[in-house]
Amino acid sequence: MHLALVGTPNSGKTALFNALTGSRQKVANYPGVTVERKEGFFVTPLGRQVSVVDLPGTYSLRGRSPDEEITRDFVLGHATGEVLPDLVLCVADSTNLRLTIRLVLELKRTGRPLLLVLNMYDIATRRGVTVDVARLSLLLGIPVVTSIAVRKGGTSELLRKTDEIAARTPILPGENLWHPLSAAELRATQREADRIIAATVSLPTRPDTWTTRIDAVVLHPVAGLAILGLILFVMFQAVFAWAQPLMELLSRAFGALGQLVHDTLPAGLLQSFIQNGVISGVGSVIVFLPQIIIIFLFILLLEDFGYMARAAFLMDRIMGGAGLHGRAFIPLLSSFACAIPGIMATRVIDNRRDRLTTILIAPLMTCSARIPVYTLIISAFIPAEQLWGWVDLRGLVMFGLYAAGIISALFVSFLIKFFMLRDYTPAPFMLELPDYKMPRVRSIAIGVYTRAKMFLQRAGTTIFSMMVLIWFLASFPTPPAGAEDPAINYSLAAMIGKTLAPLFAPLGFNWQIVVALIPGMAAREVAVAALGTVYAIEGGKEAADQIGQVLATKWSLPTALSLLAWYIFAPQCASTLAVIRRETGSSKWMALTFTYMLVLAYVASLATYNIAVALAAG
Amino acid sequence: MLMRAVKQTDAPPQVPLGLAKRGYSGIIHHLAASEAGSALSSEELESRLIELGFVEGARVEVLHEGIVGRDPIAVRIENVTVAVRRREAMAVFVV
Repeated sequence: MHLALVGTPNSGKTALFNALTGSRQKVANYPGVTVERKEGFFVTPLGRQVSVVDLPGTYSLRGRSPDEEITRDFVLGHATGEVLPDLVLCVADSTNLRLTIRLVLELKRTGRPLLLVLNMYDIATRRGVTVDVARLSLLLGIPVVTSIAVRKGGTSELLRKTDEIAARTPILPGENLWHPLSAAELRATQREADRIIAATVSLPTRPDTWTTRIDAVVLHPVAGLAILGLILFVMFQAVFAWAQPLMELLSRAFGALGQLVHDTLPAGLLQSFIQNGVISGVGSVIVFLPQIIIIFLFILLLEDFGYMARAAFLMDRIMGGAGLHGRAFIPLLSSFACAIPGIMATRVIDNRRDRLTTILIAPLMTCSARIPVYTLIISAFIPAEQLWGWVDLRGLVMFGLYAAGIISALFVSFLIKFFMLRDYTPAPFMLELPDYKMPRVRSIAIGVYTRAKMFLQRAGTTIFSMMVLIWFLASFPTPPAGAEDPAINYSLAAMIGKTLAPLFAPLGFNWQIVVALIPGMAAREVAVAALGTVYAIEGGKEAADQIGQVLATKWSLPTALSLLAWYIFAPQCASTLAVIRRETGSSKWMALTFTYMLVLAYVASLATYNIAVALAAG
Repeated sequence: MLMRAVKQTDAPPQVPLGLAKRGYSGIIHHLAASEAGSALSSEELESRLIELGFVEGARVEVLHEGIVGRDPIAVRIENVTVAVRRREAMAVFVV
């Protein structure tokens, strides 16, 4: 049996979905779009197998956005490759029935069998809302049940009713009389909905006082921003600082595993493949899990609680001025730690084009992996002086690099909006502010688990294959016997590097730098170890000081500055590209990101090098 | 013939919601989407407003204002709270 969940965005649909399906969920992308397709499975008390699809929240079947179009097409049976649902569950927030009842009246016209689920019924009862369920069912002409998604057993009535409806053979759908409603028809439908509610629901006249009280602080001009700042700060710290020890642990664990392989297997190709290809590859995927889990824990907590809408409210004008959507600030902020959880976090942005823009500029945020490279070059080439007696020159340069990242992101965002999304009318800011709700542990745990699983399955496979490829380039062909230079100098990577070197000469890059950039495609911080390898310095990343000293003797200052400028923009992270591909559903955007960042990097590097040379000569 | 000035019954003034201050409460009189300088077409704006519950006769109250330019506003319509920009709120006339 096939069910579909339809409802307004804050009806507790997802909690109901989680309550019904538990961890038996499958999340995928609808073809070609970033909207997620969530399908789950459960078994009714009578043993019936049911699949249920959680459709994007909508206020009307009109299809005002790609998300809502999905819902509309699914319900009408126009969605390609999708099964027409046998029963459409319309989920409602029992404290807030006006808009849902209107939606139900609209859904009735499609002729699909409906079941109205009055969710969050416990909250309604607590506030003194009483619903004459039988009368409501009579007036609407469809079965109505109550549910408490977050309580154990709260869906029992729903399950029973589903069995009852399924037993009525056959479920004959009515004729599809639906058409997009005009404003006048919408008005009439809303009036009818209000009449029905007046006849069946008794509402307390006072709204939820807790929400009003909390909002008085949270939406206060001063206190509100302070609270937002605090929450963002804590989140940033959590991802940056708290995830770090976990990541180090995982990194070391995989390193130890690699060492084990090194010691047990005889030296040679197999050993290299397993240690540097497979283990390193898998490790480089798993190492992102702590950050992703922490970020999504925060996001799901804030969303369930109801704070996200308030944050969007506070940030709207500020972000809007920069051409960005209000909800983009959390993904962009996370990107300062790592663009990968940041890009995955863009799912909080419903609007497809805003989401795409945010994904495309997220890699420009100075991520933590750039720091080892920045630190290496800054400490080797920038003197430890103080400007004007108190400003540390090195710190200033680092700050300048961060600032360059942010400014370039805003600039690219502006360009994207101007060139690519010209026909796009920005959705007006009209957002429902739901009542605050206590987040439920189980629902959040399922959410985080699903996200982590998605990352491993989707991005993980791509990242892994890229790592193996890069290992291959850096290891083949093996150096001939008696070779004195580092092994990498004989590999394909070196051949590619030396061939490309003339292209990079105007940037002041020598062939060693270009060769190091190839394994550096795996991840930004790998460039440090790669430079070490090319200059035959043992010790990998830990020998950064040594590497720095060697570089200081071999490179000119303009070259060093040029490399810094390169790193601000260059797409030196296969994992980020892989995630972009997975989250956008096509390679097109990944290729675009790669290209535009490469172009920016080249131009910035070129300019920096030549300006630096000119200044040095003058 | 009695010359008496016919006193016109004063209809309460209709104010666009976009100009309402924080704390204002009233009832929606009518929607005029063409009055709003929105990027959306009038029909589309009107539909979206209705879909969020902005219908004639609904009670509204302006609960909060944004920090920059007192925009956007958080409005309570019956028992739904909605955030909307003042520009779009200009389409809603309240008494």
